[in-house]
Amino acid sequence: MAGTAVRGRLTWRTATVESLVDETARVRTIGLSVPGWAGHLAGQHLDIRLTAEDGYHAEREYSIASAPGEPLAITVERLDDGEVSPYLTEELRPGDQFELRGPVGGYFVWDDADGGPLLLLAGGSGIAPLRCILRRRALAANSVAARLLYSARSRDDVIYRAELDRGWDGVEVIYTLTRRQPPGWTGYARHLDRQMLAEVAWPAADAPLAYVCGPTSFVETVAAGLVSLGYPPGRVKTERFGATGGQ
Amino acid sequence: MSPISRGFHRRHEAQQPPDRVPPGQYVTTDFPVLSAGPTPHTPLTEWTFSIAGGREPKLWTWEQFRSLPSETVTVDIHCVTRWSKLDTTWEGVSLDVLLAAVEHDARYVLAFSDGGYTTNLPLADLTGGRAWVAFSYRGGALPSEHGGPARLLVPHLYFWKSAKWVRGLRLRDGDEPGFWETYGYHMYGDPWREQRYAGD
Repeated sequence: MAGTAVRGRLTWRTATVESLVDETARVRTIGLSVPGWAGHLAGQHLDIRLTAEDGYHAEREYSIASAPGEPLAITVERLDDGEVSPYLTEELRPGDQFELRGPVGGYFVWDDADGGPLLLLAGGSGIAPLRCILRRRALAANSVAARLLYSARSRDDVIYRAELDRGWDGVEVIYTLTRRQPPGWTGYARHLDRQMLAEVAWPAADAPLAYVCGPTSFVETVAAGLVSLGYPPGRVKTERFGATGGQ
Repeated sequence: MSPISRGFHRRHEAQQPPDRVPPGQYVTTDFPVLSAGPTPHTPLTEWTFSIAGGREPKLWTWEQFRSLPSETVTVDIHCVTRWSKLDTTWEGVSLDVLLAAVEHDARYVLAFSDGGYTTNLPLADLTGGRAWVAFSYRGGALPSEHGGPARLLVPHLYFWKSAKWVRGLRLRDGDEPGFWETYGYHMYGDPWREQRYAGD
């Protein structure tokens, strides 16, 4: 964890929108060019600041979706009563600009030397920093074994679906589709529970490292479940996206 | 000069007077949960609150702690992730009461919690009726995901300073960073000066 602390003052930089990818009906990945961006670790987040013509500002925090070394990207889920996420997912066009600073946070991070095996547990848009970790692992040619258990409402709500379906060597991707399943679905079809964790999680004896990201109820269930399966609390890192928590 | 974000405009009229909401914050009626690891569940029979680093160490059991005079306060809280929640009601024991039980000349405090969390504060910010060890929220027991059985409540600083699952204080001569402060968050964390990160 050494070296992950933010150094010096974080200055606001101008970000220009380079690309927009609709991941689902509600979720979009925004590729950015940010001159002077000093790089980040997988799992960190950043702050953005939008400025209206009348000078009104709005600031929000988003997980970084791109791996270290890739062009910077964030993945944003639209919250209909929100102020920033509807703008980012519906209004934004290539060439538009806003301000950004970071990276922020140094605990919910994974880097090459941290090892594993990795157990990644995503609820909804909580997949973003975990996909970032998987990309980091792949780009570093790291062979540590990884399992991703991803809880989504339906196949259509799976973010990064094509990439996750392609997969990576040494990574098992397991879905649970909580609301609607395609015909013939044989996978999990319920909210994540202790029994599912017991079936999917690496045994505690393997000294796994777990990252849990999702809504509060998801994180509470998963983190408590892993501790009950023998995971030391210090090996279970959590990050939460509530209805308003950073989105 | 900030670049204009084309097509962006305020969607909600400001619901609250600006003297209640610090810069960069928005008001929520939810109570988001943020923590770095699993929620600890320490039985009350094993729970203690201790203050170390004074002339004599001091320790309260849960029963002793709950027999101390407490007060009900209604305060606004401000999370560094930008949500603010107004008029939250808590019951707790003032740090004035707890610190009065210890003879010391410390200037700083490192609060510590179940699960290993720590955060640093100037001692002066814990006195003068500005800080509590809260055990109740909205008239009920403090839920564990919000820091129960007891958490620090220091509403004039960003809420990461209000350590969940708090178990005690270490009195210090000097200021040393706690958990988030080690990862680049501000040593003091005044929301009205937007002290989110080191250097702010």
